[in-house]
Amino acid sequence: MGLEEIAQVLYFVKLKEMNKCFINGVGCVSAQQTTEEGFLINPIDYLESNMIDVVKPEYKAFIPPAAIRRMSSSVKNSVVASQLAINEAGIKDVAAIITGTGLGCIGDSEKFLNKLIDDNEEYLTPTSFIQSTHNTVAGQIALGLQCKSYNLTYVNGGASFPSALLDGLMKIQEGENGVLVGGMDELSSVTNQLYQKVHHYKQRDEIHGNILHERSKGCVPSEGAAFFVLENEKKENSYAELIDVTYVNELDKGGVSTFLNSFLKQNNVEMNDLDLIVLGNNGDVDYDTFYDEVESLTPSISKVYFKHVFGEFMTSNAIGLWVASNILKTNSIPEVLLKDKTQNSPKELKRILFYNQYRGKDHSLILLQNV
Amino acid sequence: MSKRVAITGMGIVSSIGMNVEETRSSLLSSQTGISTIENIDTRLKDSIFVGEIKKTNLELAALLNLPEVNKFSRTSMMGALAAKEALENAGIDSESSTRLGFINSTTVGGMDTTERYYREFSESEENRRYIEILDTGSNTQLIAEQLHIKGFVTTISTACSSAANAIMMGARMIETGRLDQVVVGGMDALCKFTMNGFNTLMILSDAYNQPFDNNRKGLNLGEGAAYLVLESEASMKARGKQALAYLAGYANANDAFHQTASSDNGEGAFLAMKGALEISGLSLKDIDYVNVHGTATPNNDLSEGRAMMRLFDGENIPPFSSTKPFTGHTLAAAASVEAVFSIIALQEGVIYPNLNFENKMEEFDLTPVTELKKKELAVIMSNSFGFGGNCSSLIFCKA
Amino acid sequence: MEELKKELKEKLIEALNLEDLTPDDISDDEALFGEGLGLDSIDALELIIILDKDYGIKLTDSKDGKKIFETVETMATFIKENRTK
Repeated sequence: MGLEEIAQVLYFVKLKEMNKCFINGVGCVSAQQTTEEGFLINPIDYLESNMIDVVKPEYKAFIPPAAIRRMSSSVKNSVVASQLAINEAGIKDVAAIITGTGLGCIGDSEKFLNKLIDDNEEYLTPTSFIQSTHNTVAGQIALGLQCKSYNLTYVNGGASFPSALLDGLMKIQEGENGVLVGGMDELSSVTNQLYQKVHHYKQRDEIHGNILHERSKGCVPSEGAAFFVLENEKKENSYAELIDVTYVNELDKGGVSTFLNSFLKQNNVEMNDLDLIVLGNNGDVDYDTFYDEVESLTPSISKVYFKHVFGEFMTSNAIGLWVASNILKTNSIPEVLLKDKTQNSPKELKRILFYNQYRGKDHSLILLQNV
Repeated sequence: MSKRVAITGMGIVSSIGMNVEETRSSLLSSQTGISTIENIDTRLKDSIFVGEIKKTNLELAALLNLPEVNKFSRTSMMGALAAKEALENAGIDSESSTRLGFINSTTVGGMDTTERYYREFSESEENRRYIEILDTGSNTQLIAEQLHIKGFVTTISTACSSAANAIMMGARMIETGRLDQVVVGGMDALCKFTMNGFNTLMILSDAYNQPFDNNRKGLNLGEGAAYLVLESEASMKARGKQALAYLAGYANANDAFHQTASSDNGEGAFLAMKGALEISGLSLKDIDYVNVHGTATPNNDLSEGRAMMRLFDGENIPPFSSTKPFTGHTLAAAASVEAVFSIIALQEGVIYPNLNFENKMEEFDLTPVTELKKKELAVIMSNSFGFGGNCSSLIFCKA
Repeated sequence: MEELKKELKEKLIEALNLEDLTPDDISDDEALFGEGLGLDSIDALELIIILDKDYGIKLTDSKDGKKIFETVETMATFIKENRTK
């Protein structure tokens, strides 16, 4: 047996001995009405949009007015989403706060940078500089909760949230309990324009209908925040068991197959054991081909999609996890998530695999099981 | 002596050297890298001292053999240089490794380039490729490509404790068997955004920084990048490699006091140091030297000093010093820069001087080491504390 | 002086993002820091910049700010006596 194989076996053995991980609370602020009860009951139609804002919750119900004034969208949305998750899980102590963000508090970065350039380094004030540090969301959540535990922030494009989620999963496996994990990103005017210039974002005249059917360069950008409470025990209101998560910065051509198969093998799961696959198609003609590869590998497994409903951002995979968790908890699939409304629903919803990538990089896989 | 994760390679660039050997030489001759700014045209030019790498961006690009048209920020070039040295030092051929990862960290990322071309982007197409590195992750990806690493590649950003957290996460990936080898550390270049940002907080000094001195006025910013290669015992033995040192303990805790200031009693710092010690299984008296965060701001040194007094019960505080008078505060890279310094200290058996020290702080009886001191060292604790109350502590021990 | 006080209140609301307030909601002798309006040390730094940029007064030690920024009244008095713009 080679070194690599020994390592794989040992890893698998270790995994079995470690604590299981359950998603026991979720919170989500997004382009849909996700802070209210119900799972995509009356979805908002964004098929004509080339840029999507969040549906703003009643921030004042969650945050004192004196604090709101300094907060960027990401911070406000994250405070709300994390509070919803914590309340739902009913935990008192948070053992770790781990966040992932692709662009961080880009609004405050823009503010500070604009002033820096406009006033030629004079008359600058610290507020937007402080708010622009990437870990400000995690720091502010800790302040609010007076939580002195482990606090980490990952900022690596489409791998930001999977990195945070893996860290959280490892914390549970290492013996911690009550871990808060979240992903968030915000839209900001200058950055939007810049990304449109280089065709990362679609222009208005490039929208030709449902992005699941009509592809062109770039994506429809959006924003949001989704948080999860991970615990080592199953509870009555548990959403799902988080089996494993992995990510890789880049894949060779045809590498999707190896990526999927070795992840499943590592977790002692056969392809046929999967009941549903969640895919991150965003209508980008250059990169949705990765999802096509998964489709051709798994023709008999039902698929759902979510970015035609929620838009795309570097941490939209946090929204994808929110969707997958809710599918398992409600044991149902909202029609709006299907590409083809006539497709058959899977017979049972036990195991879900979620695959995502961002602009051909940062491929991630999340495996969930019902409880 | 408990040993957790082996360190089999290191690489560094900073104002005191463009590689490990130059750095070693500067440290052993107490040679500071603090000076006035030359590379950046800023309003702050004459009012602050910095730890600047005296190489232009073109010179850095030449060292990396980059094509004339590339997407590297100054920060990423520093990162690539140091990370390459670490891998070479470890003797790893990344293209044949399948369980090799890269955990980077930075606060600046591509900002040193963004700030230069920000207004130009909408007018001309010439430099639009730099829009692709607006986000932090894209900068890390450029380095991963230089290193030929495909796999777990990610970036941590927790202000001044970033690299410590990258080292910690790398260790956990090795310990849980998810990786056999991992390049971990951080990078940050000087830029107007950061210099002005710190200036608005009124914590920059217009003189050489004096950590733990009663008359300290603030910090000197610095730039640099440093990486360690962490490796599993099995992998290291299989390739017949020796460890340079070991990472024996690590912990992260949050001060939860204020967005930028540290608490009066140094709670976050105390919890981080205590946690690192617990993980290591070592006791207080095992610590031979503490490389403190010691930024020379009125707030940090008071808070960190109090935390040390609490941890060591007011007595028997080990010899300590801040090496920020050598390099300045290299922000995200600080913890990995100081990790390399700690490993060199273990190898050479020296405690570095806390340069520029004159008078001890009136709040407590804490005097750092002020001259280079020859001493057999087995265990070093290294602290790094950042905005958002993020406090990390690492413990290194001799191989 | 009345005009200066109103101007100051408007600047406070804008610079510190006090979205829900109008100048009439801030009384001249209400404590700005701690109790009262509830501003903190980060806000103090913003006020120091306003003194410099809009009134030409440079405060080098942020600790001096405590007395000057006690209320809108004390701020206005200080500015009236020391402004160079």
